[in-house]
Amino acid sequence: MRPLVSRTHALELLRAMVRITRFEEKCVELYSAAEIRGFMHLYIGEEAIAVGVMNALSPDDAVVATYREHGHAIARGIGMGPIMAEMLGRREGVSGGRGGSMHLFDAASRFYGGNAIVGGGLPLAVGLALADKMSKRNRVTCCIFGEGAVAEGEFHESLNLAALWRLPVLFVCENNLYAMGTAIERSESVTDIHQKAAAYGMTSEAIDGMDVIETEDAAKRAVEQIRGGAGPAFIEYRTYRFRAHSMFDAELYRDKAEVEQWKERGPVKTLVARLEAAGLGSHDDLTAIEAEADVEIEAAVAFARAGTLEPIDELSCFVYADDAQNAHIATIARCMDGE
Amino acid sequence: MTTLTYRDAVREAIRGAMQRDPRVFLMGEDVGRYGGSFAVSKGLLEEFGEERIRDTPLSESAFVGAGIGAALGGMRPIVEIMTVNFSLLALDQIVNNAATLCHMSGGQFAVPVVIRMATGGGRQLAAQHSHSLEGWYAHVPGLRVVAPATIEDAFGMLPTALQKPDPVLIFEHALLYNMKGELPEGAGPTDLDRAVVRRAGAHLSLITYGGSLFKALDAAQVLAKDGIEVEVIDLRTLRPLDDETIMASVARTRRVLIVDEGWKSGSLSAEISARIMEQAFYELDAPVARLCSAEVPIPYAAHLERAAIPQTDDIVAHARRLVTRGV
Repeated sequence: MRPLVSRTHALELLRAMVRITRFEEKCVELYSAAEIRGFMHLYIGEEAIAVGVMNALSPDDAVVATYREHGHAIARGIGMGPIMAEMLGRREGVSGGRGGSMHLFDAASRFYGGNAIVGGGLPLAVGLALADKMSKRNRVTCCIFGEGAVAEGEFHESLNLAALWRLPVLFVCENNLYAMGTAIERSESVTDIHQKAAAYGMTSEAIDGMDVIETEDAAKRAVEQIRGGAGPAFIEYRTYRFRAHSMFDAELYRDKAEVEQWKERGPVKTLVARLEAAGLGSHDDLTAIEAEADVEIEAAVAFARAGTLEPIDELSCFVYADDAQNAHIATIARCMDGE
Repeated sequence: MTTLTYRDAVREAIRGAMQRDPRVFLMGEDVGRYGGSFAVSKGLLEEFGEERIRDTPLSESAFVGAGIGAALGGMRPIVEIMTVNFSLLALDQIVNNAATLCHMSGGQFAVPVVIRMATGGGRQLAAQHSHSLEGWYAHVPGLRVVAPATIEDAFGMLPTALQKPDPVLIFEHALLYNMKGELPEGAGPTDLDRAVVRRAGAHLSLITYGGSLFKALDAAQVLAKDGIEVEVIDLRTLRPLDDETIMASVARTRRVLIVDEGWKSGSLSAEISARIMEQAFYELDAPVARLCSAEVPIPYAAHLERAAIPQTDDIVAHARRLVTRGV
C-alpha cells in the first residue's frame, strides 16, 4: 500500500470524494420529491475513481464519460449549480436542460458528455485523440466506461484502433461487477478485463478502485506514459456501486450481505482510516468536510431551483449548429475546438 | 469544360478540399493502398501520405465514431463507408452521437463530419450490397443527407458539406461512378438545400434523385416523342427536403410520379407524397403515384434484379398511365 503523501493532499482527496457522495445523496432526495426525473444513476461507492483520474488530467485534456457521470463531472471541476440545474431541466443547466442526468456536457472543461449508449463513447474518444495527434497537441483523452461496455463490439474496435494508431487515450474501466443486473461472471468468458486490453498491445493493469491513493497514482502513471507518446493505456478499476443501478432497480440480483461487505471498503471510509492510521487526521476532518460540502450543495440546489425553463419556441434550436434561430440564445455555441 | 467521370469528380473534390484545408482528411476501409473500393481515392495516398489518407480496420462503428470524435476535436474528417449496407454497423455512432450531440449539449458541441458512402443496386451484388437506405438517415433530425447525381454536384456538394458545422451524409449511387460528363469551367461548391428542375415540362412532375435521375431523364425523352412533357426534379438533398421546389412543380403540372430505388413502405417517397397531400392537395388532378423497388431483398440474378429496381421503361409506362388515365 502506498503511503499517504501529505495531510493536505489527503484532505483534498477526501473533500473531492465527499462532495460527490453528498451531491448524490441530495439527488436521491430530489428524485424522491419528483424534482429530478428520468433515469438517474448514482456514483456512490465509486468516488475514488473519478477523483483519482481527474486529478491526473490537465485542464486541456478531454473526458468522455458514461451515464453514471455526476461524479466525473464534479471531479472534473464543473460547478455543482449548473449540474444540478441540468437535472432539474433548467436552461441554466450544463446542457441547457436538454440532456439531464445522463448527458452532462461542458465545453470549457472539454467534458464530452455522459453517453448513455453503453460503449458508444469509446469511438468518440479515439477520434478526439486522433485530432490531437494529427494536430500535434500533447493532450490526453480520458474515456470512462463500465465493465458492461467490454461486451460491446465498440469496445474491441476502439481499443484496437487506438493501439494501432498509438493514440493518446486513457481507457478507464470502472468494473463494478454488474452490468445493470448482470454479474460479470454471467456475461464475460474472461473476467479479468485488463487482460483484454493487454491483448490489443497496450499497457494495462488492474487497480483497487476503492483506495483513492491507488487510483490517483495509477492514473498519473498512465497519463505520464501517454503524454510521453507511448500510445493508449488501460486501467481496470475494481469497484462497486453501493446504490441500485438506477432509481428503478429493485436489486433482486445481488445479496445485501455482499453490498454491506463492499461498503466496509468504501472509498471515504478507507481514506479516513488511512488518515487516522497515519496520524494525519481524524473523523472530525470528515465531519467538517461534510458540513462544508452540504453548504455548497444547498447553494447548488438553490441555484437550480431559481433556474428558468427554456421557452418552448426554442425547442428546435441546436438540432443543427448552423440554424439561424440558435443565434438568439444567450448560451450560444462555443462549439468547435481550434477556431 | 473538362470531361471526367463521376468518380474523378468526387476525387477532385476531396483533393481540392485537402489542399485548401489541413484539417481535412479521409479515412475508411481500403481508401489508401487499395485506392478505394470504387477507386475514388486512387492516387491520394501518394499525394497526401498515410497521415491524411487513413486505411482503417473493418470497424465501421469505431472509425465512423472516430470521425465524429475528430470533428469534435477540430478536424474536418471525410469518412468513407464502402456501402450503405455496411453503414448499419455504424448506425449507433451516426444516429446516437453525430445527430444528437449538438442538441443534447445545448449547442456546446458541433459535429462537422462528412460521411460518404455508395448506395443502390444494379450490379448483381445481391441483398447485402445493393440496398438504398438513405431514406432511413433522412428520417433523423440533426443529420443532413444529400445525394449528388450529376458530375457538378459530385464535385460541388462535398466542399459545401465540409463547410457545414453539422454532420453531412453523402450518398453516391454506385452505378454513377463510371458516368462521364462535363465539368464546366469554374465549377465550385454547390448548395445543399435546394432541389433542381433538371428538365422542364408541363404534364407531369417526376420527382427523383441519385441513380434514378438519369433513368427519369431518359424516360422524359421517350415520353416527349409522344407529346408528353415531363418535368424532372432532382431532389439533391434528402434532408432537409426542398418543399418549395416540389410544390411549385406540382402547381405547374398537377400530376406527380415519385421514383425511388428505396422500398415504398415507410419511405422517403411516402414522406414526399405526404407533404404534397399536406401542402398541395388541391393542385392535384390525379393521386400522387410512386415507382419504387419491389418489396424484396434485391436478388442476384440479372433478370430478377432488373425487375426489382425501377427502370426507364417502368417509368415511361407509369408516367404514360398517369397522364392519360390519371392513375
